[in-house]
Amino acid sequence: MDTPSMLGSITSVFSHPFMRDAFLAGTGIAASCGLVGYFVVLRGQVFTGDALSHVAFTGALAALAAGLDLRLGLFGATVAVAVGMGLLGRSARADDVVIGSVFVWMLGLGVLFLSIYTAGRSGTNGTQGVSVLFGSILGLSPAAAGTAALIGVSVCALIIAVARPLLFASIDEAGAAGVGVPVRALGIGFLAIVGVTAAETTQAVGALLLLGLLAAPAAAAHLLTTGPYKGLALSCGLAVVAVWAGLLLSYVFGWMPPSFAIVATSTVIYGGAAARSRVPVGRRGRTGAGRHELRTPGGDV
Amino acid sequence: MGVASDIRQMFGYPFMVNAFRAGTIVAIASGSMGWFMVLRRQTFAGHTLSLVGFPGAAGAVLLGVSPALGYFGFCIAAALVIGLAVRTDEAGTYREESALIGSVQAMALACGFLFVGLYHGNLNGLTSLLFGSFLGITPGDVLALLLVAGGSLVALCLIARPLLFTSVDPEVAAAAGLPVRPISLGFLVLLGIAVAEASQVTGSLLVFSLLVLPAATAHVITGRPLLGIALSMAFAVLVTWAGLVIAYFTPYPTGAFIATLSFGAYVAARVIRLGSHRSRFQASVASAGVRA
Repeated sequence: MDTPSMLGSITSVFSHPFMRDAFLAGTGIAASCGLVGYFVVLRGQVFTGDALSHVAFTGALAALAAGLDLRLGLFGATVAVAVGMGLLGRSARADDVVIGSVFVWMLGLGVLFLSIYTAGRSGTNGTQGVSVLFGSILGLSPAAAGTAALIGVSVCALIIAVARPLLFASIDEAGAAGVGVPVRALGIGFLAIVGVTAAETTQAVGALLLLGLLAAPAAAAHLLTTGPYKGLALSCGLAVVAVWAGLLLSYVFGWMPPSFAIVATSTVIYGGAAARSRVPVGRRGRTGAGRHELRTPGGDV
Repeated sequence: MGVASDIRQMFGYPFMVNAFRAGTIVAIASGSMGWFMVLRRQTFAGHTLSLVGFPGAAGAVLLGVSPALGYFGFCIAAALVIGLAVRTDEAGTYREESALIGSVQAMALACGFLFVGLYHGNLNGLTSLLFGSFLGITPGDVLALLLVAGGSLVALCLIARPLLFTSVDPEVAAAAGLPVRPISLGFLVLLGIAVAEASQVTGSLLVFSLLVLPAATAHVITGRPLLGIALSMAFAVLVTWAGLVIAYFTPYPTGAFIATLSFGAYVAARVIRLGSHRSRFQASVASAGVRA
């Protein structure tokens, strides 16, 4: 494709209502993912995010099988499991075998719900299951896109509102608790927000590709800067850039599914950040020490 | 009477016989590899390997070669990459590492989705790659599974003793002159092979149910290696058979039942052990009280 026609097609992007909706929803989703993801990586809860994406799949298909709205199951399941994990928390720390066992069972249930759902309707042939797994941002209705953008903005506002105490609690839990920050409530509340974000993102890139938007831009931001507020802004910006670039790429190259293009862009951004941070490491000495201080004492919840 | 004739009828279908043969082979391989995987706390690596099989198989279908080739190629390659790139000695890098693994996972799955899309594929192909299908396993497939599983089990037997030693106490094993890194790399490759085998029956998303759950159950029940491996293989075979039988009589997929049954066994083992611990604790408290 030569340059003029490419430019022409990029300017014509916004003439399509479904692309406008996708950009509207995608921006809200990406901004919330970037902000939440920064804390997820900081608190070492990537595996928890992975867990919630599996839960999102099962919740969505359970709602479909029961004949309810898909989003009811999505948000209900992820928030309930997130709060449950937060309540179990540090006192009853689950190891990776336990987390893995619960995940795989959840997935098995999801598969069962998928086949119950498809068995009930002869025509659909698993399309819904595939769109839950891999997302369908171009298929959002205007109302759904508006809701998604609204939820994204609210999540961003919430995170910004609790950013200071949450940063404190993530970096130095004992110190924060000593000054009277409600560390436990904050941790549970944060997991609930992660649950909302996971459910929200599942609609855009799908349950399986969630980490591409939650972990990759945030990890890139952590590699590029150690300043927390700079990192938050950067992570948010990178996620939005990944979604915009992904949507444009899949618009220009029709063979590219949008969720692939979005995840590929954010992976490339992460790869670039990793390459950039690796090259001068010999010259800078152990700048990693700065990052070391940000390390949380605990890993996954 | 009715049940017996139903079961006899089930084995009258060649595809069910093949499914049982393939399922048994896969269960034995993943039961034994899984025991070592749980012992070595490499469940996250196993999870990644199992997801990587999906783009491999989808890419192979796109190129017009057998999906088995894609499963084996990608799983073994990923095992080598993880074994060579990830340093397990630095516990502090966990956070960055899990972000890295998470990003790679998402990218691999996205590629799989792209390949399926490029294939203009029917969605049934996609769901069978993800969730497995026990229909359409040919006697040739069974033979291939048998040869690969036999080979990898022989290899596992050869490295079993040093592997056990390095898994339980890597420092002492290294001090005793054992090649710790080559052994763990070799194990990851064997694990990749087991994952690739199991993927063809359970699908990429549910491999974990055969790999982790029977092994975790065996670890809950006993700490003894030989008994544990035998138990893990036995559980894996049992849940596979039960899953196949239930799936035959219902319209629902095998993987869901295998996952649910083996999770039930795992929970039951945990509960029983919790109960026996508590009674032993109470007995010791009581006997201490008597002595005092």
